[in-house]
Amino acid sequence: MSDFHNDEIERDRFRFRLGIAALVVLMAFGILIGRFTWLQFLQHDFYRTRADDNRIALIPIVPNRGVITDRNGVVLARNYSAFTLEITPAQTNDLEATIDALAEVIDIQAKDRKRFKRLLDEAKNFESVPIRTRLTDEEVAKFTAQRYRFPGVEVKARLFRQYPLARVASHVTGYIGRITDRDLAWIEEEGRQANYKGTDHIGKNGLEQHYEFELHGETGYEEVEIDAGGRAVRSLKRIPPVSGNNLQLTLDSKLQEITEQAFGDRKGALVAIDPTTGGILALVSTPTYDPNLFVDGITPENWKELNEHPDKPMINRTINGAYPPGSTFKPFMALAALELGKRTPNQAISDPGYFNFGNHQFRDDKKGGHGSVDMYKSIVHSCDTYYYMLANDMGIDNISKFMGSLGLGQRTGIDLGKDDAGESKGVLPSQEWKKQRFKKPEQQKWYAGETISIGIGQGYNAYTPIQLAQATAVVANNGVMFRPHLVSQIIDAKTGEKRPVEPRPIRDLKLKQQNVDVIRRAMVGVNKEGTGTRAFAGAPYEAAGKTGTAQVYSLKGAEYKASAIKKELRDHALFIAYAPADKPTIALAVLVENGGFGAQSAAPIARMVLDYYLLGKLPAGAAKEDATAVEDDHEE
Amino acid sequence: MIDVVGTLKRGARGLIAHIDFPLLLITLTIMAVGLATVHSATYGGNERLLSQAGNMGVALVIMWFVARLPPHKLMGFAIPLYIVGLLLLLAVFMFGITVNGAKRWLSLGFTRIQPSEIMKIAMPLMLAWYFHKYEATLRARHFVVAALLLVIPFGLIAKQPDLGTALLVGGAGFFVIFFAGLPWKVMLGLGAAAAGAAPFLWNMLHDYQRKRILTLIDPTTDPLGAGYHIIQSTIAIGSGGPFGKGYLNGTQTHLEFIPERHTDFIFAVYSEEWGLLGNAALVFLYTLLIGRGMMIAAAAPTLFTRLLAGAITLGFFTYAFINMGMVSGILPVVGVPLPFMSYGGTALVTLFLGIGILMSIHTHGGRVNK
Repeated sequence: MSDFHNDEIERDRFRFRLGIAALVVLMAFGILIGRFTWLQFLQHDFYRTRADDNRIALIPIVPNRGVITDRNGVVLARNYSAFTLEITPAQTNDLEATIDALAEVIDIQAKDRKRFKRLLDEAKNFESVPIRTRLTDEEVAKFTAQRYRFPGVEVKARLFRQYPLARVASHVTGYIGRITDRDLAWIEEEGRQANYKGTDHIGKNGLEQHYEFELHGETGYEEVEIDAGGRAVRSLKRIPPVSGNNLQLTLDSKLQEITEQAFGDRKGALVAIDPTTGGILALVSTPTYDPNLFVDGITPENWKELNEHPDKPMINRTINGAYPPGSTFKPFMALAALELGKRTPNQAISDPGYFNFGNHQFRDDKKGGHGSVDMYKSIVHSCDTYYYMLANDMGIDNISKFMGSLGLGQRTGIDLGKDDAGESKGVLPSQEWKKQRFKKPEQQKWYAGETISIGIGQGYNAYTPIQLAQATAVVANNGVMFRPHLVSQIIDAKTGEKRPVEPRPIRDLKLKQQNVDVIRRAMVGVNKEGTGTRAFAGAPYEAAGKTGTAQVYSLKGAEYKASAIKKELRDHALFIAYAPADKPTIALAVLVENGGFGAQSAAPIARMVLDYYLLGKLPAGAAKEDATAVEDDHEE
Repeated sequence: MIDVVGTLKRGARGLIAHIDFPLLLITLTIMAVGLATVHSATYGGNERLLSQAGNMGVALVIMWFVARLPPHKLMGFAIPLYIVGLLLLLAVFMFGITVNGAKRWLSLGFTRIQPSEIMKIAMPLMLAWYFHKYEATLRARHFVVAALLLVIPFGLIAKQPDLGTALLVGGAGFFVIFFAGLPWKVMLGLGAAAAGAAPFLWNMLHDYQRKRILTLIDPTTDPLGAGYHIIQSTIAIGSGGPFGKGYLNGTQTHLEFIPERHTDFIFAVYSEEWGLLGNAALVFLYTLLIGRGMMIAAAAPTLFTRLLAGAITLGFFTYAFINMGMVSGILPVVGVPLPFMSYGGTALVTLFLGIGILMSIHTHGGRVNK
C-alpha cells in the first residue's frame, strides 16, 4: 500500500516535470515561430531583395563594332568570329599545371603563355583570359572531348577586329587595342562608362579612334540567373546590343595600295584630296605597319621592332611630319603677290643667279641665273632669285597672313585620331610666331634677312603633307576651302540609314579668277616645259604641278652632291599637283624623305596617282589582282 | 477445419500489435515532407531520394522489431550497449580517423562507423536503467554517479570535436536525470556555475566553434567564410515569405546558395519553398510528435520506461529546436540534423530506434512490475 502510494507520488512528480518540459518545448517552438515571422513576414521584402541580388546578374553583351569600307565598298576593317580558349583564374586551382595539361591537348606556344600572363595582370580574377586565340575546328573538337579535365577552362566565340588589307591604309584605319587606364579616363570624360561595360578594346588611333563612339555601338544586357558558383543558369531578359555604325570612306583603297607600292621602301607621304569636297582619296605614309598585330595585344618583340625602327613606321607622316615645302611654296607665293598687288604676271626680273641682301648672298640653283624671269617662268623653271626678291618685297607678315588663309601652319581638322591631338600644326613663320617661339629677346626679333629664304619654302617654314595638299586643293578649287575628311558617310548598321558627312566649305578666299588662272597656267607649264616635264611626258590630261626640294641639311655653301651625303641628310623631294587643270577633281602633295630632287622621285609618284585616278591606269608592275584579296594569315 | 481467415487476421494483428498508430502517422507525415524536400534539395536526380527512402525502409523494420521487444528486454541492453559505446568512443579517441579536422569515425576496413551515434540511445537507456535500479534507495550520490556516466561520453564526443552530437547525447542524459528528480536547487546551482564558468568554457572551445558563436552574433563579419551558411539560409527563409516560393521553386536552393541543402540545412530548403505557413505546419507536426511522446511517457508504467520515454521525446525536441534555430540564425551552427527530414541513414535509424522504444513502452502496457 505504501509502495503503491509512493508510486503514485513518483508518477505525479514525474508528470509535473513532464509538464514543465512541455512548457519549455512550447516556449522554444514559440521562439522559433517568432523568428520565422520576423524573417518571413516582417523582413520578407528585405530578404527577397537579397535573394534576387544573389541570383540575378547583368551580363553585358558587347556590340559588333562598325565596319570601315572605302569609297567602293572594299572592306578596310571588319570583325570576324573566332574561337578562343579561355581560362577563368578564379575557377582554376593551379594555373601553371592547367596550362601545361592544356598544352598536351592543344598547341600552346611560349608566346601564348607570355600574352596570357600579360593579360592576366590586367584582368580581374573572375574574368576569363584567353590562352589561345583562333582555334581551328579540330582544336575545338579536341578540347571539347577532354573538357571535363579542365575546370575553369572554356571555348568562347569572340569577335576579333581584322584589317583585311593588312599594311594598306594602316595609318588611316589605325587600330584597336585593349583599354588602358588612359582610355578609361577618356571614356569617363565622355560619360560613356555604362556603354563600355564588357568592352575590352578601343580605337587607339586613326579612324578607329576618331570615330570610336560611332563604331562602338550600344552595349546590350542579358539578365541571367546565376548559381552560387557564379555560373549563368538561365536567361531572364535580354536587351540586344546595337551594332556600331559603319563608316564609308572617300578613300580609294586601290589608289592607296598602288601608291604605297610606288613608294617602295622609301619613307614619305602622299595626300590626295578631291578639291571640290575635301574628301581624301589617298592618305599614304610609308613605311606602313600591319594593324592586325595590335588586335590580340601586340607582342613586346613586335612592338619594339615597330617602335624602334629607324624609319618610324608608327608615325603618320601625312599629319605628323612637318617638312619645309621647298619650291612647292612658290606657286602660293606667286598667288599671294598677285592678290596683294605686289607683282603682275608679266613683270619680269633679271636673274643674275643670286640675290644680295645686306652682306649675304642668296644663291639660285642655276649658276649664272635664268636671265629675264616673269611669273610664269619663275614657276616653270623654279627660279629662286624671283622669290627671294618677292619675299623681300612682301615682308614676312604679308606672307604669313596669306599662307595662313590657305590653311598652312594650322591643323586641318582631319578626322583621324582623338580630337586634333594627333595632328601637327607645322610652322607658319611670322614675327608673332618668333616672339612666341623663342625666349631670349635677341632671338625673338624677326630679321628681314630671314624673310628671304621663306620665299623659296625654306627657313622656318614647316608644313605637314596634308596642309600642302589642302593648300593645293584650295588653289585648284578657286579659293574655296573644304575641311579634309576621310569619312563620306556614316551608315547605321541596323536601319541602313546613311548620314553623309556634308562637305562644308571652311572659307572662300575670294581669289580673283585671273590670278588663279595665271598660277594654273604656270603650274601646267611645269609639267609641259619645266621641271615636271619628264614625269608627265605623254599624259593625256592636263595636270598642274610644282616640284620642290627641301633642304634637310645646311650645306654651308658647299655644292650639293647626293652621293656624298648620308642618306638621312639628303634633301626631301616634294611635288604638288592637281588635275585635270581646267576642272580639277584631284589635288595632291607628295613627299619623299631624302628623295633628292622632287622632279626625280616625287613627281613620278604623282603621275602614277593621277593616271590611276583619272584614267584607271595601273602602273606597270603593280599587282593586278584585286585589292580586296584578303590576307588571311595575320598571326603574330 | 482450419480457420484460415482467422489465422491470417490474428497473424496480421500480431504483426501490428506493437505499432502505435498516432506516433507512426505523425512520423510518416514528417518523413514524407522530408523526402519531398530531399527531392527538391537534390533536384535533377532522384538518387538521394531513393536512397533515403531505402534508409527509411530499413529504419522502419528496426522500429517494428524494437517495438516488439518488451521494455524489460530493452533494459537488458542498457549496460552492454553503454559499455560498447564507451569503448568505441575510447577507440575513436585513440585510433579514430580524421575527416575535415574532426576525429569522429572508426574505420572497420570495409566501412566506417560513428560510435557517438550509439550513445544517443545508449545514454538515456543506461541512465534510465540506473535510476530504475536504485529507485527505492535514491540518494544524492546516485545523481553524482549518473552525472559521471553522462560526462565521460559527453567529454569524449565534445573532444572529437562534435559539439552537436555531444549536446544531443548530453541532453538525452540530462533529461533522464531531470525526470528522475534532480532537485531544483541543484539545477539552479548548476545553471549559475555554468554561467560563471562561461569564460572558462569559452577558452576551451575550438577556434572554429568560437567563430560560429561570434558569427551568430554578427554573420556579416565573415560573409564568405563562417557567416556564409547563416546568411544564405536566413535569406532563403526570409525570401520564402508568408506562403513560400512554391515546391521546387526555391532559388536559394536550386542555385546552390544553400550549403548542406539535403542534410543539416534542409530546413532552409523547406522554408524557402513553403514559407511561414509551411514552417508553422512543420513545427505543429513536431509538437504533435513530442506531445504523443509525452503522453506515452506520462502513461508509462515503470520508472525506467517513464524516464526513457521522457528523455527520447525531449531528444526529438532538442534535435528539432537546435536545427531550426541554427538554420534560422538564432543558434550557433552545430552539426545537428533535422529529425525525419535531413538526409542520412545513421541518424534515421537512431531516430526510428527511439520511435520503436516509445512504441514498445506504450504497447507492452499493463502495470508490469519492475
